[in-house]
Amino acid sequence: MTGTELTGTELTGTTMAPPARGQAGPAGRRDSARISARTVRQAKSVSLNGLGLLIALVTLFPIFWMVSTAFKPSQEIYSLTPSLLPAHPTVGNFDQVISGQVTGGIGPIWLFFRNSLAVTLSTVVFASILSLLASVAVARFRFRLRTTLLVLLLIVQMIPGQALIIALFLDFKSLNLLGSLLGLIVVYSAQALPVTIWMLRNFVATIPRELEEAAAIDGATAQRIFWRILFPLVAPGLVATSIFAFITAYNEFIVALTFLGQAQSAYTLPIYVTYFFGRGGAAWGPIMAASTLYTIPVMIFFLIVRRRLVGGLVAGAVKG
Amino acid sequence: MAQSIRSDHAPRSVPRLSGPGSARERLRTFIRRHKLAPYLLLAPALIGIALVLLWPLAQVAIYSFQNYGLAQITGVLPTQWVGFANFSTTFTDPEFWLSLRNSVLFAVVAVPLNLLVGTIVGLLLNRLGKKMSIFVSTAALLAWATPPVSASVLFYWMFNPDGGIVDWALARMPHWLVGSTDWAGYNWATNGPVQAYTMIAILVIWQAFPFVAVTLLAGLKTIPAELTEAARVDGAGPWRVFRRITFPLLKPIYLVLLLLSVIWDFNIFTQSYIIISLGNQNEYNLSMYIYDKAFGFPPSYGLGGALALIFALILLVVTVGYVRASIRQGALT
Repeated sequence: MTGTELTGTELTGTTMAPPARGQAGPAGRRDSARISARTVRQAKSVSLNGLGLLIALVTLFPIFWMVSTAFKPSQEIYSLTPSLLPAHPTVGNFDQVISGQVTGGIGPIWLFFRNSLAVTLSTVVFASILSLLASVAVARFRFRLRTTLLVLLLIVQMIPGQALIIALFLDFKSLNLLGSLLGLIVVYSAQALPVTIWMLRNFVATIPRELEEAAAIDGATAQRIFWRILFPLVAPGLVATSIFAFITAYNEFIVALTFLGQAQSAYTLPIYVTYFFGRGGAAWGPIMAASTLYTIPVMIFFLIVRRRLVGGLVAGAVKG
Repeated sequence: MAQSIRSDHAPRSVPRLSGPGSARERLRTFIRRHKLAPYLLLAPALIGIALVLLWPLAQVAIYSFQNYGLAQITGVLPTQWVGFANFSTTFTDPEFWLSLRNSVLFAVVAVPLNLLVGTIVGLLLNRLGKKMSIFVSTAALLAWATPPVSASVLFYWMFNPDGGIVDWALARMPHWLVGSTDWAGYNWATNGPVQAYTMIAILVIWQAFPFVAVTLLAGLKTIPAELTEAARVDGAGPWRVFRRITFPLLKPIYLVLLLLSVIWDFNIFTQSYIIISLGNQNEYNLSMYIYDKAFGFPPSYGLGGALALIFALILLVVTVGYVRASIRQGALT
């Protein structure tokens, strides 16, 4: 697929030149060159777009399949010839998940939505405030060990949850915070910090110092400079860090799995979804309905913040 | 301090409290004189990181030299120092080597595939028209945004022997294309590590290629079009253009992406925990082996600690490479 498509590129590269300076050649050759250049360009465009379409559809298929299964009645789900779209769409699976009347269910999904929302929003708030303060320190002040600290954050960011979970489990057990959302909020906020500090530091560093200096000369206090000048300019960065903290908390699995254990009322959405996924005779309709309800909000959220996300992530990834 | 707290409650019309000589002002001067501002700003974040990320790592290192298990956590027996016993138990356990092998092989296969798919999509996004490019990148964004738990459950369903769409489709393809295996009812999750990790690799690449593609796209946009065009006019084919111009220019980005992918793919836990599930020892990767040793029955935090330490040290080697690459990329400027 790519092979032919790329050869097309090569052809246009060389054949597109003649029509541009074609005056020198005979009229007939010029015309044929122009026609063939156009055909090649069209062929190239068609194959490029075809490849793009194919990739997009293959990429979207699993998500489509999740939603499609969620709307299928069970005889269609286990049919020997699966159909792309449900022949008799039903909201029965969603009904079961929402009302909690599902085999292996442990309550209506809204309980776990509420838990996830509480954990996620708290993490976003804590991580944003703490990393904003810290990023101003590393971007605006020169102090001893500043560079060491930045490098240390890059390393700390890579410590996997699996390496820490044993000690975290025992520590939070002795604090009596295992079956609670507070324990998760504390861990997630700290886990998000190394990355959010780096992201915000990059944003703060791009704001010209002269703006603050000018305000200071005009007699503005430190608080005023922060709220009136630095904060509005760093707000887009805060959106990016909020997104990162949001994903960290909304998706996190291993800490929630270990901390929450049998405390079902404190389950977050990922633990809820895996809980009734793991209940033996899997009822795929309700499982897909629950996964859909868990996934769709975050997808909508991502589509809304799409533009900012791409820029922020790239800044975070390429610049550290 | 006490005075400054009282000043908050004092009527606003008393100017002396915020004037020179007040506690607040004195505190401010103290901070300025000793250049404390950055440290105060950093303190909350650093305390959090130290308590939740650094101290547990130190604890894990301590546990790894102790016999910390069920008897110790219930207080029946005291914890004892056992030297390198946990490490020698680990290194003589064939399951450890099996899980390490699974982790390493998975990363060795999944990382290059992920970079390859990401590169193809990144190059494609760079050449597509605006509308098509938005369509493809939005599709990729949605795959990337799917929470790992949803994605794992979803792929488990698609690869399920009972009613899964993948087995259904493979069973209908000609034998010359998909081999003579009887694909109907084929169990990907439990038939062995190769089958399970093939499925996990497809899942992981589906979720990770968008990041590679978008990051490379940002790099591709910085390459002046004249450069590649000139090479093409000189008769260089697309492969040559990529190898001689695009790749060398994007090398630093590739290095960062490579190291990040190695770290991520070596780390996978959520996907393997959901798809393989505990108890299926011959399909364990290192993460699952650690988790099972620490929290399985009987729990052994000492053994788990030793494993976590080994795991962290392996990752540290890759992380140091990542940090060096990031700094060379200008991360600290």
